Amino acid sequence: MDNFKLRFYNNFIADERWRYIVNGLSVTIRVTFFAALIGIAIGFVVAIIRSTYDKTGHLKVPNFLCEIYLTLIRGTPVVVQLLIIYFIVFGTVKIDKAFVAIVAFGLNSGAYVAEIVRSGIMSIDDGQFEAGRSLGFNYVQTMVYIITPQAFKNILPALANEFIVLLKETSVAGYIALQDLTKGGDIIRGRTFDAFMPLLTVAIIYLVMVMGMTAGVTRLERRLRNSDH
Amino acid sequence: MKIYSRIMAAVVIGTMVFATGCSSTKPTEPAKTEEKAADATAKEELVMATNAAFPPYEFYEGTDVVGIDAEIAAAIAEKLGMELKIEDMEFGSIITAVQGGKADMGMAGMTVNEERLVNVDFSNSYATGYQVVIVKNGSEIKTPDDLANKSIGVQESTTGDIYITDDYPNADVQRYNKGTEAVQALIQGKVDAVVIDREPAKVFVEQNEGLEILPTEYVVEEYAIALAKGNTELLEKINKALEELKADGTVQTIIDKYISAE
Repeated sequence: MDNFKLRFYNNFIADERWRYIVNGLSVTIRVTFFAALIGIAIGFVVAIIRSTYDKTGHLKVPNFLCEIYLTLIRGTPVVVQLLIIYFIVFGTVKIDKAFVAIVAFGLNSGAYVAEIVRSGIMSIDDGQFEAGRSLGFNYVQTMVYIITPQAFKNILPALANEFIVLLKETSVAGYIALQDLTKGGDIIRGRTFDAFMPLLTVAIIYLVMVMGMTAGVTRLERRLRNSDH
Repeated sequence: MKIYSRIMAAVVIGTMVFATGCSSTKPTEPAKTEEKAADATAKEELVMATNAAFPPYEFYEGTDVVGIDAEIAAAIAEKLGMELKIEDMEFGSIITAVQGGKADMGMAGMTVNEERLVNVDFSNSYATGYQVVIVKNGSEIKTPDDLANKSIGVQESTTGDIYITDDYPNADVQRYNKGTEAVQALIQGKVDAVVIDREPAKVFVEQNEGLEILPTEYVVEEYAIALAKGNTELLEKINKALEELKADGTVQTIIDKYISAE
């Protein structure tokens, strides 16, 4: 037990090491949050372009560009994209690493969100489109007021899954020396040479965050279901 | 459904806490190093964990990890009648691997300090290391004392990282996974200086134009081999082999082979 106390002291109390965990957690949350926002924005725009092309054949050039974007992002690992953005795209400038991470993870997430949203839009029966159009809505209005709300409900589980993945994916941010939660644990590990405590602490924090997100989505799903009846 | 997920959560967290508690009381099984290893048909493996981005101590030549540490380890393995196997991993993971029994020893230009001794044992020292400062030519940083408010690139969890963190609380310490990445960041102007061991520093400066090493060393330290806590059997054997290798000049020969005398 004394050993346990000593290890706890060394890992978290000595030199205020808990700060690595707390600051890392705040970096992880910030990066995930803003990357998710960028991901949603890109995702919806790309999905609407792609599904418009699928349904009507319009927007040929934007659709082509979107396909290139999807191929590039989904065809390469996020760590590699992160390193490319840090060491090549912003190759010669001193730049805020959190910003780099947000851009990298946001761009990455956008591609996955796009395909999820597109699957949602395509899952809505064409009759809904026709109903919208016969009510006098134009294409955009039909999309915004009739299709997207229904699509959103269908894709919510997949979307939540994407953001859970995103949260955990940010753990590779340490590659560009950004001190996120995982890196915080690693730094403590490197100082105390104690594997178990820092790693399990980090694991439990991720787990609790994901459980919180899951609980939130479950509630949201339940509330959205209410309108079905 | 709700109750079920709560129970699940409790079970998972419970298991994790239990695992933490257990691990502290259960020492890692010492690697079986029978005296009569020669009799065995296959030689027993001596697994060395390292981070092979640290020339000239460990680096890749083709697909093999070579360098001072690798050769000393090979010499030790030979003395013990074992076969050396090198595992390359992130520096921060080496100790974890050693503690968990994934590797028998960690050898990566590691320095002994009090806190590390709580969790691992160290062999006798086999080489002297120096922490130095790399800057761009014409930098305003002239001595280690000028680092105080600068942004400094280090390799995460190395002693350079630890000394800088302790000595310059106001410095902006950027902790990269590899020394090469820290140097890359220095070249790109993302950091003002890099603090790293002298020998790899020389290689980095040689390979990249426009960099120089400050003449004043920042810290002098002793390198040692890390072993799992309580693995005294292997520790004694390694120390004995190391002393013999030092006495017959093998260690010095290996060091001289990689580091030209000044």
